[in-house]
Amino acid sequence: MKKLINDPTKTVDEGVAGFAAAHADLVRVVVDPPFVVVRADAPVQGKVGLVSGGGSGHEPLHAGFVGFGMLDAAVPGAMFTSPTPDPILEATKQVDAGAGVLHIVKNYTGDVLNFETAADLALAEGIEVQTVIVDDDVAVKDSLYTAGRRGVAGTLLVEKLAGAAAQRGDSLDQVAEVARTVNRKVRTMGMALSPCTVPHATEPSFTLADDEIEIGIGIHGEPGRERIALEPADRIVDRLMEPILEDLPFAKGDRVVLLVNGMGGTPQSELYIVFRRAAEVLAERGIDLARSLVGSYVTSLEMQGVSITLLQVDDELLGLYDAPVQTAALRWGR
Amino acid sequence: MSGLDGRWTRRWIEAVAAEVARRKLELTALDRAIGDADHGENLDRGFQAVLGRLEALDDDATPGAVLKLVATTLISTVGGAAGPLYGTAFLKGSMAAGDRAELDAAGLVEVLTAARDGIVARGKAEPGDKTMVDAWTPAVDAAAAAGDDVRAALEAAAAAAAEGAAATEPLVAHKGRASYLGERAIGHRDPGSESTSLMLRAAAETR
Repeated sequence: MKKLINDPTKTVDEGVAGFAAAHADLVRVVVDPPFVVVRADAPVQGKVGLVSGGGSGHEPLHAGFVGFGMLDAAVPGAMFTSPTPDPILEATKQVDAGAGVLHIVKNYTGDVLNFETAADLALAEGIEVQTVIVDDDVAVKDSLYTAGRRGVAGTLLVEKLAGAAAQRGDSLDQVAEVARTVNRKVRTMGMALSPCTVPHATEPSFTLADDEIEIGIGIHGEPGRERIALEPADRIVDRLMEPILEDLPFAKGDRVVLLVNGMGGTPQSELYIVFRRAAEVLAERGIDLARSLVGSYVTSLEMQGVSITLLQVDDELLGLYDAPVQTAALRWGR
Repeated sequence: MSGLDGRWTRRWIEAVAAEVARRKLELTALDRAIGDADHGENLDRGFQAVLGRLEALDDDATPGAVLKLVATTLISTVGGAAGPLYGTAFLKGSMAAGDRAELDAAGLVEVLTAARDGIVARGKAEPGDKTMVDAWTPAVDAAAAAGDDVRAALEAAAAAAAEGAAATEPLVAHKGRASYLGERAIGHRDPGSESTSLMLRAAAETR
C-alpha cells in the first residue's frame, strides 16, 4: 500500500501541524499533551464547552468541526486509537469557561474508557462535565452480546446541533439534552467496497475479494452484518436504507436530514448516485427530505464506501441544524 | 532470592518491553483479524515510554513503585481500550503491593488478584467474553493454588494464562470491537489475552 507519508509514527503529528497551519484563523493547536485542537477564541465566556475526539484517520472528524457553532476542542488519538485521558483533560480545561463541558463520545470501548477517566479527573478539578455517548449505527445489534451500537457518521449531526445549542447560550443540561435527543433520532448504516490500511500496519485491516462488499461496516473497517457480492448502487442503497428506516422507525410524514457520507476513497459523483436513490426511497415512503448533506465527513482513511444517515427533525432541531457554523470542514450562514 | 524485589520487577518490565517490541506485528495481526489492528503498536508505544521513565526511578524502588510508574505511563501513552485496562491492572497491582520491599507467593497472588479485579471493574467483562479476562482469571487461580513458592506461582500463572489465551479461539466475543463480528470471531485468538500471556510468561522467565 502506497501512502503519502514521511514516517508512519509521525502521520498524526504532521497532519495536525498542517491542519493548524492551514486554519490558524479558526483553531490553535496545543501540543503538550499532544494534539489538542482548540477553537481559536476558547474559552468563550458563558458558553458550554464542547469536546470530542477519537482515533485519527476519520478526518475531517473531529478537528475539522472545531469552530463557531460546533466544537470547542477536538482530541485526536493515534491512528484508529482513542486518545489517552491527559489530552482529553487538557482540552476540557482549555474550553471550560465556567458553564461546564460536554464530552461527545463515540461508542467504542477505548473511547468510552479514556473519556470516562478524563471526565473523572476533570470533575476532581472542579469542572462540571457531562458525557453523551453516540451510538447511531444500526448495523450492530445493541444487546447483551456486543459492546453496543457504534458511534459513526451521526456523530457529525450530534456535534452540529449540540454546538448550535451551546452557541445560543443553552446551559450544560440543555446542551446535553439536545445531544441526547439527536442521538435518539439519528440512525446510520455503512458499507465498504474496499478495505483501508493504517499507516503503521503492513497489511489492510481486512480483505475483500474484487467482487465482494461488506454491508454494515464500522468506521475502522470492522464488519457489521454480512459480506455479499457487488451489486448496482441502487440495490446497495436499498439494503442500507431499509434497516435504517425500520429501526427508529421512520414513518410517512416525518421530516429528515439525509447525510450521505463517503468513507474516504469514494468519488463525490458516486456519493450523489447514492443520494439520488436514497432521496427516491424517502419519496416512495412519503418522508419529507428537509435538508441534505453530501460529502466525506467521517472517513476511514482511503476506504471506498459510503454510509447513509437519517436524522428525524422537528422545527427546533431543524433550527439548530440551520444555525450558523464556521469550521474548517462545515460552514454555512456566517 | 526468596521473593520478588524492586530490581526483579524492573527486569520483568524490561523483558516485557523487549518481548512486546519483538512480537508487536504478531499482536497487531491478531487484532487485525477481529479488532482494529493496533494492539501491538499501542503496547509497544506504551512500553517504550515506560523504558524511558524507568531510568529516572531510584535503583532501590519498591515493586509497588515500579508498577505504579508502569500504570501511569501506560494510561498516558497507550490509548484505545488497552491503555485504561492495563493501566488499571498495574495501578491496582501497585496498590496491592503497597510499600513492601519484596513480594512472596502470597503477596504475588494479592497483586495478580488486584490487577485482575481492576480489569474486570473497568472493562465489565466476564470470563468467556473473549477478552484478556480469559487469561487473567485462570492465571490468578493457578498462582493461588501453587503454594508458597513464588517461582512456582509465577510459572503456574504463565502456563494458565497461555492456556486461557488459546481457549479464547473458539469463543464468540461479547465485549470490545470483536463483539461486532458475531460468529466470525470464532477461530481467532483474542489479542488482549495473548498480550497478558506474554507479560506473565516474561515474569516466569525473569530471574
